[in-house]
Amino acid sequence: MKEFVRRYKLGPLIGLIILFIIISILSHQFLTLSNLRNVALQTSVNMLLAVGMTFVILTSGIDLSVGSTLAVSAVVGSLVMTSGINFGLGIVIALIVGILAGLINGLFIAYGRLAPFIVTLGTMTLYRGITEILTHGSPIYNLPKGFSVIGTGSLVGIPIPVILTVIVLIVAWILLNRSVTGRRVYAVGGNEEVAKLAGVPVKKYLLLVYMISGFLAAVAGMILSSRLGSAEPTAGNGYELDAITAVVLGGTSLFGGEGTLVGTIIGAAILGVIDNGLNLLNVNSFWQDAVKGAIILIAIMLDRKKPNQ
Amino acid sequence: MKKKLSLILVAALTAVMVTACGSSSSQNSSSSSDSSSKSNSSSQKTVGLAVSTLNNPFFVSMRDGAKSEADKKGIHLIVDNANNDQSTQLNQVQDLIQQKVGAILLNPVDSQGLAQAVKMANQANIPVITLDRSVSSGKVTTFIASDSVKAGKMAADQIIKALNGKGKVVELQGEIGASSERDREKGFDNEIKTASGIQVVSKQSADFDRSKALNVMENILQAHPDVNAVFAQNDEMALGALKAIQQSNKKNVKIVGIDGEGEAIKNVNNGSMYADIAQQPSVEGQLGVDKALDLFNGKKLDSTVPVPLKLVTKGSSFKGF
Repeated sequence: MKEFVRRYKLGPLIGLIILFIIISILSHQFLTLSNLRNVALQTSVNMLLAVGMTFVILTSGIDLSVGSTLAVSAVVGSLVMTSGINFGLGIVIALIVGILAGLINGLFIAYGRLAPFIVTLGTMTLYRGITEILTHGSPIYNLPKGFSVIGTGSLVGIPIPVILTVIVLIVAWILLNRSVTGRRVYAVGGNEEVAKLAGVPVKKYLLLVYMISGFLAAVAGMILSSRLGSAEPTAGNGYELDAITAVVLGGTSLFGGEGTLVGTIIGAAILGVIDNGLNLLNVNSFWQDAVKGAIILIAIMLDRKKPNQ
Repeated sequence: MKKKLSLILVAALTAVMVTACGSSSSQNSSSSSDSSSKSNSSSQKTVGLAVSTLNNPFFVSMRDGAKSEADKKGIHLIVDNANNDQSTQLNQVQDLIQQKVGAILLNPVDSQGLAQAVKMANQANIPVITLDRSVSSGKVTTFIASDSVKAGKMAADQIIKALNGKGKVVELQGEIGASSERDREKGFDNEIKTASGIQVVSKQSADFDRSKALNVMENILQAHPDVNAVFAQNDEMALGALKAIQQSNKKNVKIVGIDGEGEAIKNVNNGSMYADIAQQPSVEGQLGVDKALDLFNGKKLDSTVPVPLKLVTKGSSFKGF
């Protein structure tokens, strides 16, 4: 049984199921359709960041700048929108800013030969600084009415952010599991030297994963600011940690080369369910962080590997 | 060679990004003159303002109030932004002491952590005036702030009035442990108890943050779809809660916030929010400079200077910050 759980990496899934059972026993509202819809909606932002983070961590990198990238792209996009230009252009520019932010990370890491942790630690502060310069510390509001559809609209009862996230998940899954790109991303993280000798253009793949991460951070930024009807200078603060937590909860190795996107999806879902459950149960604020941390540790324990494997 | 080229490319891209962003902001000019570029005035007329963060419109308004008053009174103001980091602020206060400013206006990141900075200023005989929050020890010449306990009490009164003393209320707490959180909660909780028909059905923290409040409120609405009113300990959370309520198509949930942020005031005026308890951060900043000037002129100061709170309800002319 234990072998079976390990072989198919079922730890995170079992953790999620246990969590579902416990919370639905404790709260009658949890398993309602409208609440599950809520959880999916609230998880979409972290899910997008975590997907990008999975690509990055698979190459044995890390992207600490995603929260700031989210904010800077949302703010630039919103400034374009509120200046009266068509909001579609605002979205396009926001996405470009996200990709550009990722490109800068990637260039320093791949061509500057600097450690991802250090580079993205720096750009995390840099991008946040640019956000603050642009906003003067105040939220940008009065976003165009049409723009709110992205965050608040729904299609056959499913919120649009959830639909967008599912599309991203499908594309990312195909990219990682059914394409040369995916195999090479795993190869770069598994052993960079070997990958290089096998003819993988390592630097290009490093650029690519950080650009994916930046792009998805911008998509998340658009969803968040559309839901709120405003772009906040503090948006995405600390989200990098939630994204990393989701990836690690999903069983992806921080040393790269090993992990799955499905694991990340489950990891992000666990975090979303915990937050929702604790709110529904009206757990005292003092206890929330402690409970959350304990649940994360237990979930990781369930997926623990033998040290010599 | 190739390596060099790529490094140049990286630098160029970064520069393009920074400048592109800079040029797209048109109102930027006001904040660029913060730095201590004018160092010719005598130290007597120099005041240092160490502000906890400029990442929040409240403190930006405090800074602006201090700045315009300083300009008016011919005082050279040095503004230091600690980005909510205690040790950064400690260093900045030390730097202000080194520069021998005439007085320090301190808006501390943390009431415990900055006591040390105040003691250092005390040793250097530089008077310290605290703004909005004070410190736990050390000698503070005067403390300028609005009364947070009273703000909570006023918010409770508005909710009691809005519900005619009967209904279910949600309380959104700020960052747990922050003095503003504790004081607003104390004032609110004590007052709301006096209305026996009102029940606080859920009390959750959203860290003074709008997007967190959106999610937290959505979750609470699942558990308590019949809530009648929301007390948010600041306007950012009130605005997040408002979005959650609007998106769930609930009508007639009364929201009361604290702070006086422009966006919240607008929502009070169009009826989306019930009321707001406005603080006046620009008045805090302005009074800070005035009191420093009083010190220079040898006047004695009271230990606290209250900044009046303003109750904002629909139709008021208050603008907010």
